[in-house]
Amino acid sequence: MTSSLRLRAAIVSIALFAAFIGVWHIATRGTGAVASMSPEYARLMGLTATAGKSAMPGPLDVGAKLWEHLQRPFYDNGPNDKGLGIQLGYSIARVGLGYLLAVIVAIPLGFLIGMSPLINRALDPFIQILKPISPLAWMPLALYTIKDSGLSAIFVIFICSVWPMLLNTAFGVAAVRKEWINVARTLEVGTLRRAFTVILPAAAPTILTGMRISIGIAWLVIVAAEMLVGGTGIGYFVWNEWNNLSITNVIIAILLIGMVGMLLDQILARFTRMVTFPE
Amino acid sequence: MSTFDDPFDAGRKLSRAGCACGQHRSATEHDQAALALRCEPVASTEARYEGVVASAVMRAMFPKDAARRAFLKSVGASTALAAISQFFPLKTATEAFAESGAPEKKDLKVGFIPITCATPIIMAAPLGFYARHGLNVEVVKTAGWAVIRDKTINKEYDAAHMLAPMPIAISLGLGAQAIPFAVPAIENINGQGITLAMKHKDKRDPKDWKGMKFAIPFDYSMHNYLLRYYLAEHGLDPDTDVQLRSVPPPEMVANLRAENIDGFLAPDNICQRAIYDGVGFMHLLSKEIWDGHPCCSFAASREFITGSPNSFAALTRAILDATAYASKAEHRKQIAEAIAPANYINAPVTVLEQVLTGTYADGLGGVKTDAKRVDFDPFPWQSFAVWMLTQMKRWGQVKGDVDYKSIAEQVYLATDTRKTMAEMGLAPPASSYKSFAVMGKTFDPAAPEDYLNSFKIRKSS
Repeated sequence: MTSSLRLRAAIVSIALFAAFIGVWHIATRGTGAVASMSPEYARLMGLTATAGKSAMPGPLDVGAKLWEHLQRPFYDNGPNDKGLGIQLGYSIARVGLGYLLAVIVAIPLGFLIGMSPLINRALDPFIQILKPISPLAWMPLALYTIKDSGLSAIFVIFICSVWPMLLNTAFGVAAVRKEWINVARTLEVGTLRRAFTVILPAAAPTILTGMRISIGIAWLVIVAAEMLVGGTGIGYFVWNEWNNLSITNVIIAILLIGMVGMLLDQILARFTRMVTFPE
Repeated sequence: MSTFDDPFDAGRKLSRAGCACGQHRSATEHDQAALALRCEPVASTEARYEGVVASAVMRAMFPKDAARRAFLKSVGASTALAAISQFFPLKTATEAFAESGAPEKKDLKVGFIPITCATPIIMAAPLGFYARHGLNVEVVKTAGWAVIRDKTINKEYDAAHMLAPMPIAISLGLGAQAIPFAVPAIENINGQGITLAMKHKDKRDPKDWKGMKFAIPFDYSMHNYLLRYYLAEHGLDPDTDVQLRSVPPPEMVANLRAENIDGFLAPDNICQRAIYDGVGFMHLLSKEIWDGHPCCSFAASREFITGSPNSFAALTRAILDATAYASKAEHRKQIAEAIAPANYINAPVTVLEQVLTGTYADGLGGVKTDAKRVDFDPFPWQSFAVWMLTQMKRWGQVKGDVDYKSIAEQVYLATDTRKTMAEMGLAPPASSYKSFAVMGKTFDPAAPEDYLNSFKIRKSS
């Protein structure tokens, strides 16, 4: 039954995809011949103006260009022109670094907040105010104070991924069942040992859920941050191709951003399943 | 002095009456003529440097003019040159001369915005002008003017491509903290245009433009001042009658297509790109507002200039060399191809070629030719800075009394550039101020306040 459901779902997915491509193809076919112009003039003009080619690329253009990129993903033509593989690598490295910093800060702090009602109350107003700030709003401040665009991008990733992790950790730690804590206390388990052997395994699924939310946000933000800061990364690639009004490459970048985002999410989803246990 | 006229010319007059060379009645007249002489095209940079070195050697060997003349007469100039190079390593001397002090810092980063204004900065990398001056320069494409300003202030870039008024604005602390910046060279002159959406092709009189929305690249830009000037001359108050928006150049074409704006005064390849894509037409080249106006500049912080003077000098020489190369019409096609790839401007070669060669489609079905559509002349006239300051004051960007001259002299390094250009065998003008006309109205750099007060339309302060 499940296998037939899976099969049917796959068929619907493929049909939807084909319909989408078909509509896209038809919508971008272009307007055909346009007003006649002298050949000398036409030579100086783009295809949109001369052949009535749509300004929006069709699926065939995108496919051909994607194939071109996939054949050489790691070329390096100097500081402003690198292969898509290298650009994605830069973005992932930035996200990884900022995210790691956030994990280092958020999880211990989350534990502290979850285990101590006093600290929870004391930090709450700060967290509530800082949490809803758009990470990109930090950008000018970061550029001004850190004075390094690469570090600023990492800082922005850090600041945006720290909150979901912090709150989820605190919530997970605070929600550990009282019986377990009491049992540990009866057995005279020390605070540190209690934190690592009782609370951590019990709160792990919630903490990982927070981490999963964070990685999603971090990946969303890096693209925007790189568009602002420039230099390297997939966000810079989007900006550079937009500069050339090459919508084809922008679409390819959008596709790749989606795929990498899904991949990162799936990795953390797998970790979450690993630490989840039936009660 | 006559260091630059040809010492291999046996017929040169030697009398010292009147001026140094004796051909002119006064020293000033001589200077003018010497400049005119030096304007003649020299085959290449090497030839130019070689000329300077060879003439120095020739003079050192025959300090007496009469003896040199006799020698030249008997063997002929080319034989004399060949004979000298037999025992004097002219080539090595030329290289040593061109190099001067070793740069303190060889690996430099220079930021640029991907528009044709940055041509000398960009082309100096693929065409090897930086390498020739002993530098390893990485030219880094940057997302916008505010970012390039911040990255240069943060020292991520050693020097950068900036809009000509930006170093003045930064030095004055407008829109940023006040940090002294300086301009050793102007990148390009002319090379902008007013592009309007296709739907306005019958609205060519600016008087009909009330209520339209225009894009400019940055507040502290020649684009802003020229568009405001143009509108005001046609009786429109740019602050109340139209909307002016700061829009990054790549977004301009997209916005024009989406009809969010009615037109823009933008740096080139953006104007031509709008035409190429069939979204707009060229209403007016900025050259028609002010022929020879500066647009972008090559700028560095005072800190870099004093901290690494040799690197800065080498960088300036590379830019001056590249600018001299770019000013020749016959090189423009090659340059267009060199700067078009994704690593640099990232635009179709046809578009860049139309901008640089000046034979372009106007968007209305005609092909126009204007060889001076964009031109390259590096000399940082201090009168340019004074004019920009008058406009900054006119539109309320600076308030109160402005010390035009001292700001212009601090930021626009005309004196240093003149010296460097002379060393390189280029022809710098003798003065740092010149008068020019903007839409037929003459600007006198000596009387900026009077000029400012002559405008009826200005921001009331």
